[in-house]
Amino acid sequence: MSVSPAIDGWFTTGPEPALIGSQCSSCGCVFFPRTEGFCRNPVCDGESFEDVELSRRGRVWSYTDAQYQPPPPYIAGDEWEPFALAAVELPEGLVVLGQVAEGYGVGDLHIGQEAELVVETLYTDDDGERTIWRWKPVVEMGEEADQ
Amino acid sequence: MSEQVAVLGVGMHPWGKWGKSFVTYGVHAARAALADAGVPWKDVDLIVGGETVRNGYAGYVAGATFAQALGWNGARVATSYAACATGAQALDTARSRILAGQSEVALVVGADTTPKGFLAPNAGERWDDPDWLRFRLLGMTNPAYFALYARRRMDLYGATSEDFAQVKVKNARHGLHNPNARYRKALTAQDVLDSAVVSDPLHLLDICATSDGAAAVVLVSAEYARRLGAERPVRVAAVSTVTPTFPNTVLDMPLLATEPAGIVGPPERTFKEGIAHAAYEEAGIGPEDASLAEVYDLSTALELDWIEDLGLCKRGEAEALLRAGDTTIGGRIPVNPSGGLACFGEAVPAQALAQVCEVTWQLRGQAEGRQVEDARVGITANQGLFGHGSSVLLTL
Repeated sequence: MSVSPAIDGWFTTGPEPALIGSQCSSCGCVFFPRTEGFCRNPVCDGESFEDVELSRRGRVWSYTDAQYQPPPPYIAGDEWEPFALAAVELPEGLVVLGQVAEGYGVGDLHIGQEAELVVETLYTDDDGERTIWRWKPVVEMGEEADQ
Repeated sequence: MSEQVAVLGVGMHPWGKWGKSFVTYGVHAARAALADAGVPWKDVDLIVGGETVRNGYAGYVAGATFAQALGWNGARVATSYAACATGAQALDTARSRILAGQSEVALVVGADTTPKGFLAPNAGERWDDPDWLRFRLLGMTNPAYFALYARRRMDLYGATSEDFAQVKVKNARHGLHNPNARYRKALTAQDVLDSAVVSDPLHLLDICATSDGAAAVVLVSAEYARRLGAERPVRVAAVSTVTPTFPNTVLDMPLLATEPAGIVGPPERTFKEGIAHAAYEEAGIGPEDASLAEVYDLSTALELDWIEDLGLCKRGEAEALLRAGDTTIGGRIPVNPSGGLACFGEAVPAQALAQVCEVTWQLRGQAEGRQVEDARVGITANQGLFGHGSSVLLTL
């Protein structure tokens, strides 16, 4: 079975995956998801952007979970499993939402903690596994043993 | 400016799940508002409808629909769409026409019928629509956004699930005798805490439902009010419908990310703070002048955010206000004396007008069973999708 992103051009894959943003060539503001056309900074008249990889690590801005199955167009697996969600603030100054990596729940999260981007399977369809970016809590050395 | 436009009549159709067309509710509310004002429909020279809302986007054009249902009378017509602020933007259109001398008596109507369950996007694949993508890629529902804001109150300000539950208990008590409220049942904090967790930390009873409903307002020039013999009508002191200031750094439903503060730094005020600030500025009064507030409690925790956004206390102090009973009727600054969305459920294009109806009844001393004593100034606030929000300030 093939493995491909659930949406094209939003993130890179491989051992060190990263979100792909658009950096305005005029003012330097970085937007995610990617944008084109006009810079949204009101004092900038920029109209060209370059793709940039966003920082792979940030700090948790807030978090929650989905304890009920979301409605379509969410594609749920055969067996419903609640999952956690986190909003992570990146050094670029923007907060990006994502599901939390498999195996982690709200009990593993707190505001301000470090999280790292990973790519995991969101769902499987006729074309194979479709992947998405997720936030994985960074567990400091020794912390794991304390839990 | 605050002297020149008066609220002469208000009316609502009770909130609920009635299974009828939005037009039925809208006409009911419109007729109630006209009767309250003592103005015959044939004298109305402008009708403004709040467009119905379909998952964040505009639905049925409403202004002409209501005009036709009431019977064509040759009035000028407008329709507004601003998500949860739709009603206030419609009100603003009417007010501006009156201030410009282009209208003397305007009827503003908002009404809708909503589906059950999670608000989900319309069918069809839309890969460029954040409101579709947030469900497809993340399974991010509306309650999940509310939960992110609630969690920040807990981790940053020490709020507890018990605090959130007490907001619901208070609003349930407020709405107990409100004839237009859908839910009129006293609740205990334990009832809230015993309801299922939808998105941690929010329980089912922390989150507002969606309802059918309608609200209408008759807005007139001060001169027209005088001619009709209205002694001391409620005045519109401000209508704020400002947009956010770049960069909007508070993650906003239905977006997947905020705007970047890395280059230009965060704005002086968040979007919600800015909505209230513009209303106070326009009216030339401050939060200390408010007798009551009707705020958009999409969740219990969000009511606490609004209390701070409106400047009714400092950031992080809303729980202390709640615990001291300050936001209860009889307290220093009652919040959601109508019962709020907790008792109504959201009927999007009608909701901002329902807030105006409640404040009007409060300022007139007609809020039977839920009256805030000596109410003189009332403020409303709401925020919806795609950079829409509003605050209306009414005074006696």
